[in-house]
Amino acid sequence: MSSQDGILERVGEIMADTFDLDDFKATRETTANDVEEWDSLSHVRLIVAIERAFKIKFSNAEIERLRNVGGLVDAIASKTGQTA
Amino acid sequence: MSDLAWLRAPPPDFRVRVNALKKADGGAEAGLELLRLAAYRLDENQLAKLASVAKAISGKAPQFTPVKVALIGDGTLSLVAPAIEGSGVRHGVLIDVVLGGYNSVVQESFDETSAVHAAKPDLVVLATDCRILGLSRAAASREAANDLVDAAFTRTRMIVERMGKSARGGVIVQTVPPPADPLFGSFDRVEPTSPFAMTEAFNAKLRQWALSGGIVIADIARLAASIGYERWDDPRHWHASKLPFSPDFTPAYADVIARLVGALRGKARKVLVLDLDNTLWGGVIGDDGLEGIALGQGSATGEAFLAIQNFALDLRQRGIVLAVCSKNEDATARQPFREHPEMALKEAHIAAFQANWTDKAANLRTIAETLNLGLDSLVFVDDNPAEREQVRRELPMVAVPELPDDPAYFPRYLAAAGYFEAVAFSAEDRARAELYQTNAARAELMSSSSDMDSYLRSLDMHCRIGPVSSVNRARVAQLINKSNQYNLTTRRYTEAEVAEMETRPDKLMLQARLEDRFGDNGIISIVIVDTKGREWDIDTWLMSCRVLGRRVENAVLNTIAGYARSHGATALTGSYIPSAKNQMVRDHYEKLSFTLTETSESGAARWRLDLSQYEGPDLPMRIEADLAEVEEV
Repeated sequence: MSSQDGILERVGEIMADTFDLDDFKATRETTANDVEEWDSLSHVRLIVAIERAFKIKFSNAEIERLRNVGGLVDAIASKTGQTA
Repeated sequence: MSDLAWLRAPPPDFRVRVNALKKADGGAEAGLELLRLAAYRLDENQLAKLASVAKAISGKAPQFTPVKVALIGDGTLSLVAPAIEGSGVRHGVLIDVVLGGYNSVVQESFDETSAVHAAKPDLVVLATDCRILGLSRAAASREAANDLVDAAFTRTRMIVERMGKSARGGVIVQTVPPPADPLFGSFDRVEPTSPFAMTEAFNAKLRQWALSGGIVIADIARLAASIGYERWDDPRHWHASKLPFSPDFTPAYADVIARLVGALRGKARKVLVLDLDNTLWGGVIGDDGLEGIALGQGSATGEAFLAIQNFALDLRQRGIVLAVCSKNEDATARQPFREHPEMALKEAHIAAFQANWTDKAANLRTIAETLNLGLDSLVFVDDNPAEREQVRRELPMVAVPELPDDPAYFPRYLAAAGYFEAVAFSAEDRARAELYQTNAARAELMSSSSDMDSYLRSLDMHCRIGPVSSVNRARVAQLINKSNQYNLTTRRYTEAEVAEMETRPDKLMLQARLEDRFGDNGIISIVIVDTKGREWDIDTWLMSCRVLGRRVENAVLNTIAGYARSHGATALTGSYIPSAKNQMVRDHYEKLSFTLTETSESGAARWRLDLSQYEGPDLPMRIEADLAEVEEV
């Protein structure tokens, strides 16, 4: 398992927790359009939970650039020095 | 303590346990599991999850009081709303937050058809922000600074007054943390036009208002200061989503709000139960002996334990009852209290002393019974993680803080947990801890008296019955919200509601005080009567358990009956509404010669007393009724 897969799995868990979904599987292609509970407000909660879990901080510019879960995973990988 | 360090980290199966609870049928056991889950250090998502389950089983968990709270203010508050609901569980209240619209607090408070008005909330929480209040940028002149502070305060005042029309339980207003970044530097505190000075001036006005009883303050400015202004304020989140403070502190913020709501509903804790070895002194008295334990000046460890004792004494000074629960021989445990010169705590400060080899949960039950208080009024402090675990498992209603290894930080953990949150402070509070000692002395006298009546006469009791007014209103509201056992209907009214009832011609509100040769018990009974028509109905009758068996209830009835008769009433009626805690008053009206007129399946009963037939018994006390100030009906 690459470090990116590990991050994806952890992000999926955090998303399930944040959106309160019991059966949820995130892929790199998942976007806010695919998840009903993923609105602008829960997005803030998601970013906060991700920052806490990975002990990183995003700038607003970085957050605005994110398009899907894959982009989020790459951003986490780059901030935690785990680029594949 | 921004990380709620007095709580344990949540278990890995937290989600599973919460989901299991959702499927449960409710009942007392579900309520206990809810308490166990709330006692973890939950993040905002976990708090939201807990809140959703608490709502699903609400009404089936009898130990919680439901409270509807309108949360209104500046910036994005939707993130903290579910966290406040989840934190409420920790403080004995099932909070249902009605959230005001984004940036529309003024409009909504003025529009009496708005959602926050229509919801008829019990309480309002007003969360303002210095940026929206216009206090975050320097003023052009001192005069302008004054105007800005006045405008901010007037805005707050208008919102509170408007919302007060729907929320009869009062309004909680939060103090405003100053902007984190200095403008002049140290001179900010001196220069009235600086944002720092203006927010401080605004907060000072809130303080004055709270002192006169108009509002309850949530001191968020102090929370922010404790955390650190620079960590509290996160401009990134303000710019992106108008979050008023860093979401890292959502759980800490929500707990402060929730504990205030709990305190307003009488859920604050009353008793601090202390372990001894390695909690009040260093070492084990049974092994190390009087000379071997670490306590007092001269060593860092000894001073740390002395500081813990002094903290307990400070709490006692403000009315928190102290008790001891230790695995020890009784005589060994008492030896330091009697003989160690550095002990700040004396036996006389301890209202219940349990030192034996029985498990701590059993001893805590005994302490609660001795003091005539519920287990949910206890806080248990023990350095031993195994003992803490046993108590948490068996008695989740007892608050058990985590403690760090270093005793130097014990007081900080205990203080930050906010177990003893108060919304008012009266002379009676100050004297309360003392009362528990004098009660012990009275018990001793009783065992030496030959019969009950001569015992009561020997107490030299003096019962004074009078109206409720601004002088005693805070204490009256406190009793109305705290009394669970000797309480016929368990109806809760806030201080604001009490004030309103004082002015109503169709309400008779009485408070009774009892003095005896051991001291003044203060206000110990409250009765509220609806005086419409010729049959007056007793809405509320409650009494402090500390004067149980002293015939105060007879004295109160004699007074009400006399007053009612002289105002043309022909009968008194009253209800008993059973709760989880008030079985002791099931026969209250029967003992007072009322006749049963109605019973329902829930166990509720209606009683009636024909005033033409009533003759008050002779009582072993002097009774002085001063009802002149009660409005004529």
